[in-house]
Amino acid sequence: MTQALQDLGEYISSTLSQDVLTTAVVKGELMLTVRPASVPKVLTFLRDDANCLFKLLMDLCGVDYPDREQRFEVVYNLLSLKHNQRIRVKTATAEDSPVPSVVGIFSSANWMEREVWDMYGVVFTDHPDLRRILTDYGFNGHAFRKDFPLSGYVELRYDDDQKRVVYEPVKLTQDFRNFDFMSPWEGMLPGDEKAGKV
Amino acid sequence: MAESEIKSYSINYGPQHPAAHGVLRMVLEMSGEVIERADPHIGLLHRGTEKLIEYKSYMQAVPYFDRLDYVCPMNQEHPFVLATEKLLGIKAPPRAQYIRVLFDELGRITNHLLNIGCFAMDIGAMTPILYAFEEREKIMEFSERVCGARLHAAYYRVGGVAFDLPAGLTDDILAWTEPFEKVANDIEGLLNDNRIFKQRTVDIGVVTAEQAMDMGFSGPNIRGSGLAWDIRKAQPYAAYDELDFDIPVGKNGDCYDRYMVRIMEMYESVKLIRQAIAKMPDGPVRVDDRKIAAPPRAEMKSSMEALIHHFKLFTEGFHVPAGETYTVVETPKGEFGVYLVSDGSNRPYRCKIRPPAFIHLQGMDFMSKGHMLADAVANLGSIDIVFGEVDR
Repeated sequence: MTQALQDLGEYISSTLSQDVLTTAVVKGELMLTVRPASVPKVLTFLRDDANCLFKLLMDLCGVDYPDREQRFEVVYNLLSLKHNQRIRVKTATAEDSPVPSVVGIFSSANWMEREVWDMYGVVFTDHPDLRRILTDYGFNGHAFRKDFPLSGYVELRYDDDQKRVVYEPVKLTQDFRNFDFMSPWEGMLPGDEKAGKV
Repeated sequence: MAESEIKSYSINYGPQHPAAHGVLRMVLEMSGEVIERADPHIGLLHRGTEKLIEYKSYMQAVPYFDRLDYVCPMNQEHPFVLATEKLLGIKAPPRAQYIRVLFDELGRITNHLLNIGCFAMDIGAMTPILYAFEEREKIMEFSERVCGARLHAAYYRVGGVAFDLPAGLTDDILAWTEPFEKVANDIEGLLNDNRIFKQRTVDIGVVTAEQAMDMGFSGPNIRGSGLAWDIRKAQPYAAYDELDFDIPVGKNGDCYDRYMVRIMEMYESVKLIRQAIAKMPDGPVRVDDRKIAAPPRAEMKSSMEALIHHFKLFTEGFHVPAGETYTVVETPKGEFGVYLVSDGSNRPYRCKIRPPAFIHLQGMDFMSKGHMLADAVANLGSIDIVFGEVDR
């Protein structure tokens, strides 16, 4: 299986040497990285080439790495029923640079790209209907970014005077606690500040 | 008589509608009785599961998966523990693999029972759901006996399952399978040749094999369109490669075929349950690695080391080597994938959940186009959606 994937990876990178940056087989999964501009070309090739026939786009998602210059990764997971193989295509993009949409190649990408736009704010050019999908109408921000707080900025409440639901800044009755258990031995426990004192 | 133009108008279907299977708001653009465009508005049950998981250790993340598709909770835990095991480079012991198969298949039956019952009720058949819920209740009792919870099980753990089966459970499950097949027969008898049921389902919401692939369908919905694709066969996990079962396949890709595929799958699941119980080996149900699986409680009473391991596991958790994987499992609704990115710490860096129902609901627009308003209900029931996993 791994050998077949390696051969397939070499075949793809030699045919599309201009577009494919790297290929790797990690833990039995084939992975390609490409530039955003060549995503449609690569995916069309993967769908139509007789040795690939990855006709199903199973998953499309974003990953946020705030430390990188190109902070977002867009990941496409494809499946070939014919050859019973999977492939993963990754591309990196910055906050303000768009990625070409692949809705024209796989119809299933429609909602998945909307979700990535909603959650990460990655813009897809030529998308037929790039609206928010999971968050509320009129939501601000992109919730799955690493710099978006887990508790959010606003909360909902039914206001009896106005007879409607209103948004308010989030009020926590107890401070948000981020339990960091990286090492339960060395964390600051109550009274630890005395330990360093003479 | 002068022809007059009928103005198209749009209606709101949901968010509170008994046939919407949850909180779905669908804006339907109608031309008279005929649907021109269906635009599902989802996200009313969005809880940000993926982001919450980024703030939890791997063990704390498991219960979130029960709450995605609350109709068959244990099936959802499976891809996450498999993905974590893949990154850790471990494999659950054989007995745990068989227990997972057993409860995956019980989950498949509960899911199909609920779907068939609700689907039939949506289009006018009141009785099947009463039969179905009685059987569902029995399966939930099995779930309760094995882990203490009817729905939110948190039973599958990284490296195996939480507990071994209690004494006598397998016998009771075996004793249940036979009367269950009779009930399934009864449900079939009520629906298969029912004139009204056929009028409402045959040739409604036809999905061709090409369309199914283009839309990324999976599970019974792609099999209803004639593609014999089942991850349990094609890319086997757990103990499925040692068991014998068939893949039911439809012909026309309409609502009736999808219903038939689910009915037949229940019989296949019963076959699998019997085989899994017959072949189930003895042995441990968790990996023998104290850095990943907690020590038995008895050992903790006397061993200091076991106590430390227990404390470390339930506070810090285990560290997963950096890497990424896209691991899939055939849940009753289709391909359920987990794209897990680890940065080497005790928490997932990113855990993308690929729910089958999200992708299937996207097909509502092209399936309903040109059909009557009442057929939208049939389409929605036949693609089997649960909003816990659509909205995550």
